[in-house]
Amino acid sequence: MSIFINENTKLIVQGITGKEGSFHAKSCQEYGTKLVGGVTPKKGGTEILDVPVFNSVEEAVAEVKPNTTMIFVPARFAASAIIEAADAGIQLIVCITEGIPVYDMLEAKKAVISNGVRLIGPNCPGLISPEKSKVGIMPSSIHKKGNVGVVSRSGTLTYEAVYQLTQLGIGQSTCIGIGGDPVIGTNFIDVLKAFQDDKETDAICMIGEIGGSAEEEAADFIKQYVTKPVVSFIAGLSAPEGKRMGHAGAIISGGKGTASSKMKALNNAGVLVCKNPADIGITIKNILEKSN
Amino acid sequence: MKIHEYQAKELFKQYGIDVPKSILCEKREDIEKSISKVSIPCVIKAQVHSGARGKAGGVKLADSYENALNIANSILGMELKSTQAGIKKVNKILIEEAVKIDKELYISLTFDRANECIAFIISSQGGMDIEEVAKSSPEKIYTMLIKDKFEPLSLISKLGFDEKITIKICNIANSLYKLIKEKDASLVEINPLVVTKTADVVALDAKINFDDNALFRHEEIAALKDEKEENPYELEAQKYGLNYIKLDGTIGCMVNGAGLAMATMDIIKLAGKDAANFLDVGGGASSEKIEHAFKILISDKNLEAVFINIFGGILRCDFLAEGVKNAIQNLKINIPIIVRMEGTNKEEGAKILANSGLKFTVVKNLNEAIEVIRKI
Repeated sequence: MSIFINENTKLIVQGITGKEGSFHAKSCQEYGTKLVGGVTPKKGGTEILDVPVFNSVEEAVAEVKPNTTMIFVPARFAASAIIEAADAGIQLIVCITEGIPVYDMLEAKKAVISNGVRLIGPNCPGLISPEKSKVGIMPSSIHKKGNVGVVSRSGTLTYEAVYQLTQLGIGQSTCIGIGGDPVIGTNFIDVLKAFQDDKETDAICMIGEIGGSAEEEAADFIKQYVTKPVVSFIAGLSAPEGKRMGHAGAIISGGKGTASSKMKALNNAGVLVCKNPADIGITIKNILEKSN
Repeated sequence: MKIHEYQAKELFKQYGIDVPKSILCEKREDIEKSISKVSIPCVIKAQVHSGARGKAGGVKLADSYENALNIANSILGMELKSTQAGIKKVNKILIEEAVKIDKELYISLTFDRANECIAFIISSQGGMDIEEVAKSSPEKIYTMLIKDKFEPLSLISKLGFDEKITIKICNIANSLYKLIKEKDASLVEINPLVVTKTADVVALDAKINFDDNALFRHEEIAALKDEKEENPYELEAQKYGLNYIKLDGTIGCMVNGAGLAMATMDIIKLAGKDAANFLDVGGGASSEKIEHAFKILISDKNLEAVFINIFGGILRCDFLAEGVKNAIQNLKINIPIIVRMEGTNKEEGAKILANSGLKFTVVKNLNEAIEVIRKI
């Protein structure tokens, strides 16, 4: 097993005819993901990457029955794209787009919740279940099939952690970037629960960063629910207060959202917190060997 | 994005919120003329993007014309030291008629991240640092999460004013709500909102922050940006789509991705040094973009060394290497450069660096980087 995506994933890409959209749609297709179509308004009836392009998600659903969509639509239209996918009943919506206005995201999230579907992101690298399916923009080659679940608010830092694991011969069940924005569809808790319930996941790697309180809430959840070992790294221990560190959500304000508060909460929940990002891989290796 | 008090008050006026009569003054030679346009007593207020201006000596009451002249002359051009924003030069002052205050309140609407909605906050303890009030007497702060329709009356009634004043405060709350939604603000705050001796309700201060991601649909708001309040290097970086933040350390760093950039700063700290900056060059950086990034990076005179940490996904290591090589050749850089490249086309990138004839310290992983940085 893996979580959220697998061999049965049938993917469409919203914004498939754009530069980014087509590049990554192709990369997912090459990885083995079943790409069944794409959506670009006014380009319906054409073809790209040997799949049909539709004018709307609704049309795509009627014709090729996707269960997953990946969104590359520009920020000003991306929230509408999420709402369109949710209203069309797509079960898994992965939004890669960065820079969506916060109040637009609140509307999009309402549509996601009322339709009972799952949104991952926005402002995220997507997800990959190695050797099964990839719905994202991560470099495929660094991944390896295995038993560690990886969840992160970041992109390249996730690649770093995954690469360390793969170098040590440790594979991953699913790797998910949940996104660096203040309002996201799927949070740490949702993913931790799925990993805990997934038979193929034996350990969890959780990468957080400054800003908000998602890691503290995750720590509470881990205490109550997660029995599998969790290793964590929190980026931004050296970040100053009041400065947005690249991600819209990565900001310490009013003394809240610091890395040390998050590390403390996770430590208290029995999570092994790495101070050095270079130690993420080896810490997981040691913990897996211990539990065997 | 932040704006100045005087700009926020202009917006308040558009939304029907009363503010005292005031004149903005930017030049020393205009001070006399400006003061003569308002009645005395008046308040002279430094216009800088910083909280706690009063504590830093940037807000003062003048009870005579001469007194106002002296204060205005001393505040305009002063270096304001605030605990919140460091040292800021005062380029503009607001000269505002004083109001006879009966009660000072706090009122704000803000995007509440944990609850994913707008929160409405009021307090009878106006004029004070609201975070301090929250710590010392939390019972004096009333909060309402706006999940659906905004109906502020029940909360405002708790302040215990008569009907007339309660309605006035309600109208202000509704105006603020309209403003925060229509203009994509993340915060609108009036501290203090005052009830005057003549039973008027007036905004003595004004603070508005906007969602940067929504500025594309508010040209009139984007135009309010005061570039003098921004770090010049950060502004330069924005032009090239680079995410650069100036920090106080001595090790410059160049990274792709915000999370890895933060982790790289943490690594520098683990090596006993401090990062001179945060710099995320983004996903699809070209070699030209890398060169610009390098230029901005080394404009910092305190640098001891530069650490380049790239995990190539979409960003190709050969593009990166080419940009770094060009930058170093063109800019004649002679401080140590430490490079760690992983991912897409790393062999090609390594070749470019090796054949450049320039000196690099190439490290294989993050632990090696820590060791090298420690020895600088």
